Amino acid sequence: MKTAHERFLRKQRLDKVRILSIQLAVLVGFIGLWELLADTGAIDSFITSSPSRIIKMFGQLVSQDIFKHMGITLLECIAGFIISTVLGSVIAILLWWSDTFRRVAEPYIVVLNSLPKIALGPVIIVWVGAGYKAIIMMTVLICIIVTVISVLNGFMSCDDGKILLLKSMGASKLQILFRLILPYSIPNFISVLKINVGLAWVGTIMGEYLVSGAGLGYLIIYGGQVFKLDLVMTSTVILCVLAALMYVAVAIVEKQIRKRR
Amino acid sequence: MEILEVRGVGLTYQTMEGETQALTDLDFTVEEGEFVAIVGPSGCGKTTILSITAGLLAPTEGEVFVGGKKVTGPGTDVGYMLQRDQLFEWRTIEKNVLLGLEIQHKVTPEAVEYANGLIDKYGLKDFKKHFPRQLSGGMRQRAALIRTLAFRPKILLLDEPFSALDFQTRLNVCDDVHAIIKSEHLTALLVTHDISEAVSMADKIIVLTPRPATVKNIYAPDIDRPTPLKRRESPKFSAWFDTIWKEVSI
Repeated sequence: MKTAHERFLRKQRLDKVRILSIQLAVLVGFIGLWELLADTGAIDSFITSSPSRIIKMFGQLVSQDIFKHMGITLLECIAGFIISTVLGSVIAILLWWSDTFRRVAEPYIVVLNSLPKIALGPVIIVWVGAGYKAIIMMTVLICIIVTVISVLNGFMSCDDGKILLLKSMGASKLQILFRLILPYSIPNFISVLKINVGLAWVGTIMGEYLVSGAGLGYLIIYGGQVFKLDLVMTSTVILCVLAALMYVAVAIVEKQIRKRR
Repeated sequence: MEILEVRGVGLTYQTMEGETQALTDLDFTVEEGEFVAIVGPSGCGKTTILSITAGLLAPTEGEVFVGGKKVTGPGTDVGYMLQRDQLFEWRTIEKNVLLGLEIQHKVTPEAVEYANGLIDKYGLKDFKKHFPRQLSGGMRQRAALIRTLAFRPKILLLDEPFSALDFQTRLNVCDDVHAIIKSEHLTALLVTHDISEAVSMADKIIVLTPRPATVKNIYAPDIDRPTPLKRRESPKFSAWFDTIWKEVSI
């Protein structure tokens, strides 16, 4: 005879399996339907490509230089992600530190945040040249303002009572920062990382659309221009996989940090 | 000996709308080992008195002395306990208790031993490595008190430290805190809007006037019982409660 708790655990497990199977079924169904419609000619696979053509194209690309393109895009994305996260956090700390700085900077941050960063494309190209630097800079521009705003909001949401407590113990501002504000903000910081992973990809691909001689964004743009939709779709699928992997990496970091707390 | 002397303290706030006088000509003392409660109409500036004593706020008139030294800014002589326990969620109970010592650069083996002694003595021994979320409200408040005691302040400032607890827990924690304060021979200044709390805990009760607050009257309830819960049961308790309640309301 099973106990109520065992039955509960079993039900939980089954539920998990159920959701996972439905998720898989949706994916398989989508790919199958796509292939079927393309094979029967219901949709024009010249325009929509098809799973089998994507696999074939991937095979071709592997024998060429797809890993070079993947590597370039990945490096640009990671560089932009790291630079904007570190720089954005440092700026947020400075803004938290100085009331004057924060109040002076506020309208500028609001304007920069609402500005579509792609508008700065030509300026970036003129300033740093039409190479990987321009793409990284575009990524940084897209991520950094959001980083500053979100990290600072995390800092400011800290309970005044806790600050008051430390002050009453005679704490300096530096002590308040390191003993309270930073450790308190770690969960918020992790969610900023997750947002930044997504934004960094937006920035990198946008940058590659603007200027590039290599990378997945370049392949997508090139494929579109010469009407090779197989190339566009294949690059997009690879992009999906890379972005997902990077998100998983951040999720693993998150788990490690949570475990230690 | 007087641990705390408040001499002619006044405080005037400046706001865009104008001046607000919160405190005026406030005068009182707290003797060593005394438990003093401050009660008064709500919004009369009770917490402000604690902020001034802790050096977080400078009075516009008068001066405050803690242990004979004039208060000029936050220091190490006062232990401030706030409305909520304000334990740091990412620190274990042990680490939380050591917070004040860390801030004041007083983490010596001797000080750590003293702090650990307090943890053991007041029933948190098995919870040293636990995080605050794993403790009940009463235990958290006790941990917060031990954190305050660990750096050996000359006086404890309690700002409605029980107001965030439910009634049942509150009575027990009251007893708990009172017992710890008495057994460690500490001096305490409690601010509360709860008159029954003041009457059950304090040796001396200071009643304030409405804003701008000044001392209206000082009482020393002669309820000769050892703990707050026992004092609540005394026949004298309700008489004292009435006296203070009328004094605050008029």
